[in-house]
Amino acid sequence: MRVVNKPFNKIDGMSLVKGKPLYTDDLCPPSALVVKVLRSPHAFARIKRIDTSEAEKLPGVECIFTYQNIHRKPFTRAGQCHPELSPYDKFLLDEYVRHVGDDVAIVAAVDEKTALNALKLIKVEYEVLKPVLDFETAEENPVLVHPEDDIFAHLPVGFDPKHNVACRVNFALGEVEKVLEECEVVISRTYKTQPQAQAMMETQRAFSYLDPYGRLVVVASTQIPFHARRILANALDIPASQIRVIKPRIGGGFGAKQTVNAEFYPALVTLKTGKPAKIVYTRSEVFNATTTRHAMKFTVTIGAMRDGKIRAIDVKALSNTGAYGEHAETTLGAAGKKVLPLYNKVEAVRFSGTAVYTNMVPGGALRGFGVTQGTYALESAVNELAAELNMDPTLIRDINMIKKGETTPLINMTTKGAGPDPMYMDSCMLDYCVKRGKELIKWEEKYPKYQVSRTKVRGLGMAIAQQGSGLPNIDMAAATIKLNDDGFFNLLVGATDLGTGAETILAQIAAETLGVDLEQIVVYSSDTDATPFDTGAYASSTTYTTGNAVIEAAVKMKEEIIKTGALYFNTQPEKIIFDGKYIICSATDEKISLADFSKKITYNLLHTQLSTTGSFVPKKQAPPYMAGFAEVEVDLETGKVEVVEFVGIVDCGTPINPKLARIQAEGGIVTGIGLALYEEVRYASNGKLVTDNFMDYKIPTRRDIGKITVEFAPGYEDTGPYGAKSIGEVVVNTVAPAIMDAIYNACGVRIRELPATPEKIWRALNC
Amino acid sequence: MLNIQEYVAPNSLEEAYQYLISQKGATLLGGCAYLNLGTRNIPLAIDLSRTGLSYIRENEDTIELGAMTTFGDVEHSAILARYFNNILALSVRDIVGIQLRNLVTVGGTVYSRYGFSDFITALHVLDTQVKLYKQGIFDLEYFLENGSKEPDILEKVIIKKDNRQAVFKAMRNSRGDYAILNLALARIGDKFRIVVGARPGRAALALNTMEYLNNEYAQKRELSPEILKNAGEIIAEELSFGSNGRGSSEYRKELAKVLLRKAIQEVI
Amino acid sequence: MVVNLKINGRHYTLDVPPDEILLTTLRNLGFNSVRQGCDTSTCGVCTVHVDGKAVLSCTVLTCRLDGHEVTTLEGVEEAAETIGRFLVEEGVEQCGYCSPGLIMSILYLEKCVPQPTDEQILHYLNGNLCRCSGYEGQLRAIKKYLEVKYGAGSKQAI
Ligand SMILES: Cc1cc2nc3c(=O)[nH]c(=O)nc-3n(C[C@H](O)[C@H](O)[C@H](O)COP(=O)(O)OP(=O)(O)OC[C@H]3O[C@@H](n4cnc5c(N)ncnc54)[C@H](O)[C@@H]3O)c2cc1C
Ligand code: FES
Ligand code: FES
Repeated sequence: MRVVNKPFNKIDGMSLVKGKPLYTDDLCPPSALVVKVLRSPHAFARIKRIDTSEAEKLPGVECIFTYQNIHRKPFTRAGQCHPELSPYDKFLLDEYVRHVGDDVAIVAAVDEKTALNALKLIKVEYEVLKPVLDFETAEENPVLVHPEDDIFAHLPVGFDPKHNVACRVNFALGEVEKVLEECEVVISRTYKTQPQAQAMMETQRAFSYLDPYGRLVVVASTQIPFHARRILANALDIPASQIRVIKPRIGGGFGAKQTVNAEFYPALVTLKTGKPAKIVYTRSEVFNATTTRHAMKFTVTIGAMRDGKIRAIDVKALSNTGAYGEHAETTLGAAGKKVLPLYNKVEAVRFSGTAVYTNMVPGGALRGFGVTQGTYALESAVNELAAELNMDPTLIRDINMIKKGETTPLINMTTKGAGPDPMYMDSCMLDYCVKRGKELIKWEEKYPKYQVSRTKVRGLGMAIAQQGSGLPNIDMAAATIKLNDDGFFNLLVGATDLGTGAETILAQIAAETLGVDLEQIVVYSSDTDATPFDTGAYASSTTYTTGNAVIEAAVKMKEEIIKTGALYFNTQPEKIIFDGKYIICSATDEKISLADFSKKITYNLLHTQLSTTGSFVPKKQAPPYMAGFAEVEVDLETGKVEVVEFVGIVDCGTPINPKLARIQAEGGIVTGIGLALYEEVRYASNGKLVTDNFMDYKIPTRRDIGKITVEFAPGYEDTGPYGAKSIGEVVVNTVAPAIMDAIYNACGVRIRELPATPEKIWRALNC
Repeated sequence: MLNIQEYVAPNSLEEAYQYLISQKGATLLGGCAYLNLGTRNIPLAIDLSRTGLSYIRENEDTIELGAMTTFGDVEHSAILARYFNNILALSVRDIVGIQLRNLVTVGGTVYSRYGFSDFITALHVLDTQVKLYKQGIFDLEYFLENGSKEPDILEKVIIKKDNRQAVFKAMRNSRGDYAILNLALARIGDKFRIVVGARPGRAALALNTMEYLNNEYAQKRELSPEILKNAGEIIAEELSFGSNGRGSSEYRKELAKVLLRKAIQEVI
Repeated sequence: MVVNLKINGRHYTLDVPPDEILLTTLRNLGFNSVRQGCDTSTCGVCTVHVDGKAVLSCTVLTCRLDGHEVTTLEGVEEAAETIGRFLVEEGVEQCGYCSPGLIMSILYLEKCVPQPTDEQILHYLNGNLCRCSGYEGQLRAIKKYLEVKYGAGSKQAI
C-alpha cells in the first residue's frame, strides 16, 4: 500500500495549529442577533404564567419565544436514522420543564448583554412539582416525568411513559436459569457508572441565516449534519428542502454533538426575523442543558465451572435517560449487544434492560456509547470471578473469550437484517492483544501486586473490550469524487471530521484506490447542499462505512477514466490502463498525463465532467477489539490512586493512518481514566447538577494520567477498507474495569461504583 | 461573569480608598479570577493594578508582599526561594495552571479569607501580619478570624524573617482541583507550628497538637511513631472538619493525621 | 472606557465596556486563535501573553490593559508554525481547538525554563486542558521541538 497505513499529517493540521478562523463562531457574521435561552431553575415544574412584556420593551430585543407563541409538535433531538429509536418526547418549548436547565424561553437581541438583560426581565411563575431524582425507583414512582399524551415512539421499543419507562431491551440465548444451576461457581455483583460529560473544548454553537432563495442555512458544530437537517425540518415544521446545514471545523464532539441542541434556537429566530442569528453555549449550559453519558446500573450474574469455563451470563441493566429519551434505546442495547459477544462460548446468556425517565440532565451519546458502561460491569464481574476462582484474569479470558474465526448466535440475533448465516469474527485479534499486553506491562513479573513503600502498593489489572464498526443495515454513507480540469480530484463526503483526522483518512483511502498522491485529493465536508448523504460521525463508522463508500466511488472513477480514455484514444476500454499518472493506450503505446487528459476532456474534446458516487452500508459486524492493562499505585493511607502505566493493545484491523490511530487510542484511554478516577458527578437534593463546570467536574489534566503505551495488533478485516475496522470508541472501554481490578489487586478494595475516588477507597480500607 | 457599571484605575491607595467608601457595592479588583466566577453586579470597580502594590520586598527583618503580587510572582521569586524552604511557592504550585496563577493576587486571596486556600495555610504557618490601608497592621491569625471591620484595602502582607523550616502538604484527587485538605508545618528551633486549611473551613492553628508535640519534643528530643500517632489523634479532635462534595469530615480527619505525620517527618 | 494598548506589536485605541474581557476584545478584533472553553478560568484554551506572561484572556479585563502589550498566536506566527509542525507531526492537533492556547503556553514555558525536564513541561502546561489528544503525544511533540531547538541533552540553553 502506498498511501494507506502511512502516518500522513492531518491535511488540515497546519491551519488548526495556526489558529485560523475555521470554527463556527469564527465564521458568523458580526451582525448576527445574539440568542440566549432562559433555563429552568427547577427540576420539575409547570409554567403557570410567563410574562415577557418587560423584556420585549428593552431596546435591542428582537423577539422572544415561549411555549405560548410557538407550535407544539413532539420530536427527538437524537441524531439517528429515521425512524428513530428515540421517543418523540421533546417540544421546542413546553409548559412543563423537566430538568434544571430545561428551556423556558428564547430571546434574540442585538448583543449579548441586551439578551442577558432581557432574560432577567422575563417573569415566570412556576408550579414547582416533586421531581423524580432516583432512577433506581423511577419505574415505581407515581410522579410521571412525561404526563403529556401527545408523545410517542415510532418503533416498538417498550416506550411506557406512564411508568417513566423510555424503553426496554431484552434478549436471551439458551436457558440461563438452568445452566446457572449446573454451574459450580455463581457470582452476582452490582455495578454503577456515573453520567460522564463529553467535555469537548468547544461548546455547542450554531448560527443561521437565509440564503438568496430564502432558505434557512444553519452553520453548526455538529457531528450529524444530515440528521440535523431532518430533525430541524421536523421540529420547525418546514420542508427539509428549505434547510441547509453546514459543518465547519469542530472543536471536539465525543457524542455531545450527535444530538441536535443549540441549532433550534437561532433557526427559529432567523425564520421569524429573516436576520442572521447565533447562539454560543456557555460551559454551564453544556453541563446543565445538553446530554451526558447515560448513568447505568448493572447486576451481572456469571456461572462458571471451577476450571474457569464460563457457562452462563445474566445481565440486568437499568439506565437513567434523564428528562428525555435521547439515545436511550441504542446506548442501553449497545451495553449488551456489543459487550456480551466477547464471551462467545457460554451456553446461555440473557440481557434485560430498562431505561427510565428522571428529572435530571438527559442522557445521550458519549464515545463508547453504552458499551463503555456495559464493559465496565461485565469485565469487572469476570475479574471478580477470576479472583473467586483464584485464577489469573488473563487465563480466564484465554479460556472464554472470542477468538479469530469464531462466532456466537448472539451476533446475528442482535444485528439488524443479519440473516441466518453465522457472522464469523475472522479478523479478531483479541488473543494477540492479551498476549502482547501482558508482555508490555510485564504481567508475569508484576501481577498481582508489589509493595513500593510502607504505605504504597502497586497493583495490576486488565480487561478486554469490543465496539462496532458502523451499524449494519442501518447507517449508510456516500462519497462523491469529481475529476477536475487539472487532474486533481474533489472528494465530497457528508462524513464529519470531529478532529480525529477522518478527512485525512478518507483522502488517503481515495488516493490509494485511485493510485494518485494524497495531494491530488481535495476534501470537502460537510454541507447538506453539496455533499452526499452520510449518517454522521458516530457508531465508530467513518473509517469503515464512509471509507468503503470512498473506495466504491474511487473504483467507479477509475472505470470512468478508463471508459473516457477509450473514447479519447478511440479504442476499447480493455486497451486502456490508468496508473494514477497517465492514461495509457496499450494498443498503440500512446499515453497522456492525467492533467492533460482532464484539461482536454473539459475544454477541447468530449466536454464531459467525470463524477462518481459510491455508497455503503455495512452488512457484517466488524468489531474492533482491545485489551487494556493497568498498573496503579494506591496510597494505603489516603486511598489516592495514581495510574503508573496503561497499556492498550488495539485491534482495529489496518490502521489507515497509524499516527492518528495512536492518538485516538491515547485520547480514549485518558477519557477512560477520567471515568475511572476523576469525573465525579454530584447533584443537589433539589435536582440541580452541582458539578456543572470544570472546577467541580474534573477531567484529567496532563499530570493525572501516568504513562500510556499503545500498540496495534497486526489484523486485517476483509470487509473493511484496506482491512480497516473502527478505532474511535473501543479505546475507552477497557480502562475503568482494568483500573478497578488493579486497585483490587493492590489493596483488596473492589470499587463497584465509578469513579474510584480516594475517599471511597480509604473507606473500604478502613471502615 | 463580571457585570461592571463603572471602572476606575486610581494611581494611589488613598484615591482607591476614597472610591471604595464612595458608594455601596464599590469593589476592588485583584486578579479578578474569583470575582469572575460570580454574577455579582458591580456598580463601581476599582482596579488596584496602578497603585504600586505589585512587589516582593526584602527588608532587614521582614519580607513584604504587595497585595497585587500574583501567585506567579510568588512562584518565581528568588527572595522567597531563600526562606522557609520556599513554602509559599510550593503552596501555590498546584493551583490550576500558570496562566491563572499569573493573575490571582495575594491581596484578593488573603482579604477574602477563603477556606480552601492553599496560600493562606502556608502564610499562616509563618509569622505573618497583614496591613490594611486604613486600619493598620494585624496578625494574620486575628485577621483570619475577624476579617476587616469596615471596607478597607489590603495593602500588603508582612512576613517576619526567621530561620524556621516550613513544609506544605495538600491532598488533591485531580491536579488542578481544590485541595481536600491542606496542612502547613513549621519548625522554629524546638517548637512546632501547625496550620490546617481546606477543612473545608478557614485555615486554623492546631494549638493542642502544637503544645503536645512541643512538650514531647522538649522532653524526649525525638518524636516516636507513638507520639506521631497521638498527635494525629489530637489534631483530628481539636479542629472542626466539615463535609462537602470533595470529602467528608471523617476523611478529612484522617488526611490531617497523614499529612501531619508526613510533614513532621520532613523537618525532623 | 478608552484603552490604548499594543496587540501583536500594533497600537490600538479601543473604546470598550468596563466589564469586557480581553478574550472578547481580541475576538472582536478578529484574533480568532483566542477561544473560550469554560466560564471558570480553568481550561487554558484562552491563553495569551500580557507583557510576556501567559495569562487567561477570559479573566483579564481589557480596561486594565491600558499601556500594556498583548500577544496572541497571530503575533508569533513563526513560532506557531514551528511548534505547530511538531504537534502536527505527532497528530495531536486533533480538533485543534486547544492548540493555540497550548502553543502560547509552550512559548511561555520556553521563556521561563528553556531546558525543562518532563516534570517541568507538565507543570507549566497543566493549565491547558485537552480532551482529544490524551496529552502523551503533546509531550512527545514538545520534547522533540525542544530537542531540535536546543540540542538533545545539551545542558546550556541558547
Ligand atoms: C478556577 C479557580 C481555581 C482555584 N483553585 C484554587 C486552589 O486550588 N487553591 C487555592 O488556594 N486557591 C484557588 N483559587 C483561588 C485563587 O488562588 C485566589 O485566591 C482567588 O482567585 C482570589 O484572588 P484574585 O486575585 O483572583 O481576587 P479577586 O477575584 O480579584 O478578588 C476577590 C475578592 O477580594 C477583593 N479584593 C481583591 N483585592 C483586594 C485587596 N487588595 N484588598 C481588599 N480586597 C481585595 C475583591 O473585591 C473580591 O471581593 C482558585 C481560583 C479559581 C478562579
Ligand atoms: S476560557 Fe477557560 S480558562 Fe479561559
Ligand atoms: S485537540 Fe481537541 S481539545 Fe485538544
